[in-house]
Amino acid sequence: MNEHQQTLLEFMQQQADKLAVQTMQHIGLTFISLFFAVLVGLPLGIIIARKRKLSGTVLGFAGILQTIPSIALLGFMIPLLGIGPKPAIVALLLYALLPIIRNTYTGITGIDAAVKEAAMAMGMSKWQILIKVELPLAMPVILAGIRTATVINVGVATLASFIAAGGLGEFIFGGISLNNTNMILAGAIPAALLAIIFDFLLSLVQKLNFRKLKRSSYALPVVLLLLSSFYFIPTAYGSKLTAGFTPEFMGRQDGNLGLESKYGLKIHTIVISDAVMYKAAYEKELDVISGYSTDGRLKAYGLVVLNDDKGIFPPYYAAPIVRDDALKKFPELEKTLNLLSGKINDSVMTDLNYRTDYLHQSPERVAKDFLVNHKLFKPARKSNEENIVRIGSKIFGEQYILANMYSMLIKGYTNYDVSTKTGLGGTKICFDALTNDQIDFYPEYTGTGLLAILQASAKTINEVTKNKDSTYNYVQREFKKQYQISWLKPIGFNNAYALMMREQQAKSLNIKTISNLKRYLNSK
Amino acid sequence: MIKVKDISKRFGKVKAVDTISFEVQEQENLILLGTSGCGKTTTLKMLNRLIEPTSGSIFINGKNITDEQPETLRRGIGYVLQNNGLFPHYTVAENIAIVPQLLKWDKKKISDRTAELMEKLHLSSDYLHVYPNELSGGQQQRIGLARALISDPPVLLMDEPFGALDNVTRAAIHKEFKALDELKRKTIIMVTHDVQEAFELGDRICLMDQGKIVQSGTPADLLFKPTNKFVKDFLKDQRLQLEFKAMRLLDIWNLLPNHHKETHTSPLSAHTDLWTALEHFKFTDSETVCISKDKNELKTVGFEQLMSAFNQYKNKQGHE
Repeated sequence: MNEHQQTLLEFMQQQADKLAVQTMQHIGLTFISLFFAVLVGLPLGIIIARKRKLSGTVLGFAGILQTIPSIALLGFMIPLLGIGPKPAIVALLLYALLPIIRNTYTGITGIDAAVKEAAMAMGMSKWQILIKVELPLAMPVILAGIRTATVINVGVATLASFIAAGGLGEFIFGGISLNNTNMILAGAIPAALLAIIFDFLLSLVQKLNFRKLKRSSYALPVVLLLLSSFYFIPTAYGSKLTAGFTPEFMGRQDGNLGLESKYGLKIHTIVISDAVMYKAAYEKELDVISGYSTDGRLKAYGLVVLNDDKGIFPPYYAAPIVRDDALKKFPELEKTLNLLSGKINDSVMTDLNYRTDYLHQSPERVAKDFLVNHKLFKPARKSNEENIVRIGSKIFGEQYILANMYSMLIKGYTNYDVSTKTGLGGTKICFDALTNDQIDFYPEYTGTGLLAILQASAKTINEVTKNKDSTYNYVQREFKKQYQISWLKPIGFNNAYALMMREQQAKSLNIKTISNLKRYLNSK
Repeated sequence: MIKVKDISKRFGKVKAVDTISFEVQEQENLILLGTSGCGKTTTLKMLNRLIEPTSGSIFINGKNITDEQPETLRRGIGYVLQNNGLFPHYTVAENIAIVPQLLKWDKKKISDRTAELMEKLHLSSDYLHVYPNELSGGQQQRIGLARALISDPPVLLMDEPFGALDNVTRAAIHKEFKALDELKRKTIIMVTHDVQEAFELGDRICLMDQGKIVQSGTPADLLFKPTNKFVKDFLKDQRLQLEFKAMRLLDIWNLLPNHHKETHTSPLSAHTDLWTALEHFKFTDSETVCISKDKNELKTVGFEQLMSAFNQYKNKQGHE
């Protein structure tokens, strides 16, 4: 964390620009979708009030839409409409549909039959009855439906940030992944306030009597359109390239904040979830994305990493970390684990990840193939059951591969037996398992050790992240001192944050480093 | 004026109205009387095409009503509903002005005619700008009547118009109804299940049962010349009162003794019904009542003499 605990208010002041943009986007998303939902829902409600046989089908269908989890509905939209506001608006529209259709239907069918009969008997046409009798009398119920839809939309619109549509979800989900409470609240409080304010304003409209309602019913579409247009205010300015960053990346010092402060990089940025980011870059919806330098998707989608020439991303070199008493218990362990050191560089690791993530080869097979190719593989020896080495790994592909390699090496080069405890939820769980003697070692990254485990001060981070060796030396020293845990020799690759672009585009624009990128963006 | 020929209406397998025919003369008050489900309301609603008949045809002023757009037809026929059907979101003035708006009258004409009707219906003009829910049931019903009368349609259809009112209010409205000159000029078809109301307001009554007309005729016809047991049973409960109401003094004029004595009270017209003449004894404490026929013939009779004439008349009807 920073030198002193930042208050929520300070955070909001510091991020006022972003907060304003996100709030406007949020209001915009809510009301664009609401506007279209009214445009679709109101006539549908009127039709099923006229032809009641259809009502079951239509209401049933709208009800089913309502039960689809919002995040899944957004997911369905991506193949159809890509990322950005379009799929978000369609998804929100579908959510808002049910209350509007249902209340229009209930409102119209609930009108006193004598009033409708009187209207007909006096010689009003169907259209006149609709405009002069049915809609005005059903209006309070219809407005209640619109009110419900608005509140639903304000809530669901927070999820729009997952597919790069903006809104207050950027702060909320960025905050969750960064474990930054201020950031979560900076998104959640305005979102809640929006819901409360719009609910209150609509409750006032609902209470207007018929006469005033007549006049305000003309104003309502205008207000809706006005609020909808909020969405476009922030996007009015753009830049040559579009960047897509994960919410976590947006809020990190070794992420977008660092890009802005150290490189002065100003790029039109949208916030997007990690799951769709790579694909969006491949499909040319995004030009620059944040990612991990050894991610298999780099290879799958033809992306290249831009060189971090000013060193804002701390090094994340991987190395096994072992409890000291385990090293004593298994004298041959260190030598064996170090067999792998320096053998896997970034591109090799990317390729290995590509095989498991995209070619869906088993980590075991990938590990064995690698060891065989590098003439490191030996068949398993007869084991001595008393001495079991316990290997841990985190819950992603790369770690599974490494755990498998270590397991094969130990079995081939020593008499120890091996048990693996793979898929431990996260850094904290892995590390706690290690210190509590549940496992003997697991592969860790220097950056994670520095930031997540040691939680070094900003000053220290600045000092030791200048090059990979100083980071390694620092964590090695501190781990030994604080936890009696040893960092063995680095494996060779650096799984750090990185900016990446499509290889072709980067080549044609002659962009190799982040400084190149900035120069290109600044040029006219 | 109105001619209904062999109309039937089926709802699925149910025959709500079964080949009925009747005619209504100009300025006549025809009552469709019967219990719930007898088809009387369905019959009424077919007259302004709120319900389309399955078969048969209806003529108004010699013109088949299906030749006209239903909206145009309805704008020319007044309609009064049991639950008044006033628009809750319109003021009284706006409610009354609905049909003239549809007919595109100018504002002055609408407001003049509204004021005229309000006065005739004894409604204060203060009510013009309030909403219907602020009025009493009786007032609402009168507004409903004003709305039906505003464009002065020659035909008025009334579906249980006083059904939702309490007895006291209903009696008061009945009296006004009979006195209103606007209504005397109109051909009215009214649906009711209330025998008293039918006898009080109807020139002629069509008694209906199971979609058919059982008997049609004047109140006296139904009372004294019932065509079958159904008609007799239908009127059984209130028979005596009905008979008093149905009988006019004129009917028993010849049976009354030829005797006259000068009194201070003004004489009753011979067109008055017997019930009113009997009420006269109760309310004035006098022992005789003076009746005038055609202004010049006068008879002064006592209670005994009226009752005896009534009994003689009934006996005579029975023997015919």
